[in-house]
Amino acid sequence: MQIIPLFVAIPLGAAFFIPMVGRKNPRLCDMLTNITTLALFLMALSVIGKETSVYWMGGWIPRLGVPLGINLVLDGMSVFMLVTISLISFLVTVYSIQYMDKFTSKARFYSLFLLMVAGMNGVALTGDLFNLYVFLEIASIASYALVAFGCEHEELEASFKYLVLGSVASTLILFGIAITYAMTGSLNMAQVSTIIGGDLKAIHLFAIALFISGFGLKAALVPFHAWLPDAHPSAPAPISAMLSGVLIKTIGIYAMARVMMNVIGLTPLISYIMMVLGTISMVVGVLLCMGQDDIKRFLAYSSISQVGYVVLGIGLGTRLGIAAALFHLINHAVFKSLLFLNSGAVEYSTGTRDLNKMGGLKEKLPVTGTTSLIGSMSIAGIPPFSGFWSKLFIIMACVQAERYGFAAWAAGVSVLTLAAFMRLQRRAFFGEPKEAYAAAGKVPGSMKVSMVGLAILCVVMGLLWLPQVQHAFLIPAARVLQEGLDYASYVLGM
Amino acid sequence: MHYALCLMLFMVGLYGVMVKRNLIKIIISLIIMESAVNVFIVMVGYRKDGIAPIMNKAMEAETFVRSSVDPLPQALVLTAIVIGLGVTAMTVAIAMRLYERYGTYDIKEIRKLKG
Repeated sequence: MQIIPLFVAIPLGAAFFIPMVGRKNPRLCDMLTNITTLALFLMALSVIGKETSVYWMGGWIPRLGVPLGINLVLDGMSVFMLVTISLISFLVTVYSIQYMDKFTSKARFYSLFLLMVAGMNGVALTGDLFNLYVFLEIASIASYALVAFGCEHEELEASFKYLVLGSVASTLILFGIAITYAMTGSLNMAQVSTIIGGDLKAIHLFAIALFISGFGLKAALVPFHAWLPDAHPSAPAPISAMLSGVLIKTIGIYAMARVMMNVIGLTPLISYIMMVLGTISMVVGVLLCMGQDDIKRFLAYSSISQVGYVVLGIGLGTRLGIAAALFHLINHAVFKSLLFLNSGAVEYSTGTRDLNKMGGLKEKLPVTGTTSLIGSMSIAGIPPFSGFWSKLFIIMACVQAERYGFAAWAAGVSVLTLAAFMRLQRRAFFGEPKEAYAAAGKVPGSMKVSMVGLAILCVVMGLLWLPQVQHAFLIPAARVLQEGLDYASYVLGM
Repeated sequence: MHYALCLMLFMVGLYGVMVKRNLIKIIISLIIMESAVNVFIVMVGYRKDGIAPIMNKAMEAETFVRSSVDPLPQALVLTAIVIGLGVTAMTVAIAMRLYERYGTYDIKEIRKLKG
């Protein structure tokens, strides 16, 4: 029994099945969804450290080294993404059990949620360019619908904005894929990479430009970020956590890194473009985040900034840089989901997201306040929390690659992040009680469980950098990207 | 030459998405962009005086390879059209809901969110 296709098939099947059985019985939906996401998480954990394996759909195995069908590739990088996606989606579904009670039609919510997970898992696994586009669209369409889930003024407006920019991005990516096909006559990533072989012509540069703008739009890197601060805050809190935590990383950064490094091959030009985009995102994101009064909008801008770190690290192209960037990617997934879930808990109990109306909430909401403090310290880079280590290693990687300017920017942005998050803590959870304080009610148990789980992860994730753990999890993922065009040799078995 | 026309069509769509103020016109511009890419994909597989990519027993493999058009782009473009339809349906649904809420299709008046 092959495990690889199940990563896509299980959530896809569950997304179809849950609205059928669960329309009358929301509790059954909760149970089925949580079982599905837990199963995916356990499956993802079970494939850590396994050999790279390739699954050819429909049994179309390659003849004479020429691929015939679509393949799914489970290598270090895919395993890394699968673990990140399934970890966050499991904790988010636990949170949704009680948070989503205030919405009607929970079954449809879960169905769209699992569809999004199926799309993301597919993006992480696929070894075919057109298949990448298909899975990317599955994840995107589900996320457009989830952003509009509340069907109120703001949600619809944000969703429309997101949808238009998202479809433009998809069209650019499809255009890039079509040009790649026209140039190489193949869509299989491994075969395309052997045909291009690092030898770039002008037309390839056009395709690269299309890919960078397309994936950059999906990842909300700075010149393309306009939709994110509207879309992420408007969605229900669990979906904000998924979008900021994993979606922009999977269909934006992961897909960009995979195409740039394993298919086209990292040239100094691409590497430089990625580093500059990352740095601009880092700086602009944190500056815009400073002036926000809406707690979720604040977090959304800070996502742009943190994603910049990941792109900067991957753009460096060194083993340390990529490993540190991936470390930051999974850390950011954990603490940003935690902070979004906290903001959801605050909104749930007080009914407002406006920081001007909050203050002193820590007394009324002790669990939310404490976990939010842990998340903030982690994102701000205070030792011993996980965010400190990953930022430190990204800065070290910049220094090691003799990119001192970028290292200085990364360190400076880290200080600004600290300032911004301390201010957030002071306005929301400490200080004088304001009107939201009186309104604050209880936070339900399932939401607390999920937030506490993520807060514990914020503390212990630093251990991922320990040599033994690092060699099982982060290094195989970084190696896949760093070895670049060698990807073809193990996928096609040559 | 044909490719340049295709790129122009793409640019027309992109211009519309960025400049137009009416939701419906934006949706139409999106469809134009998609069509431009679809036309491009079909053109990639085009071959002058090509035959349909169906091989029968009487045909030599070599003649088939030499004269048939590339079947893969046709399969791709079908998939791309179906995905495009899904996205368009979603966009239109949201535009309808927006009209219900705001009573207008003008994006200048649909501004509750600050940039």
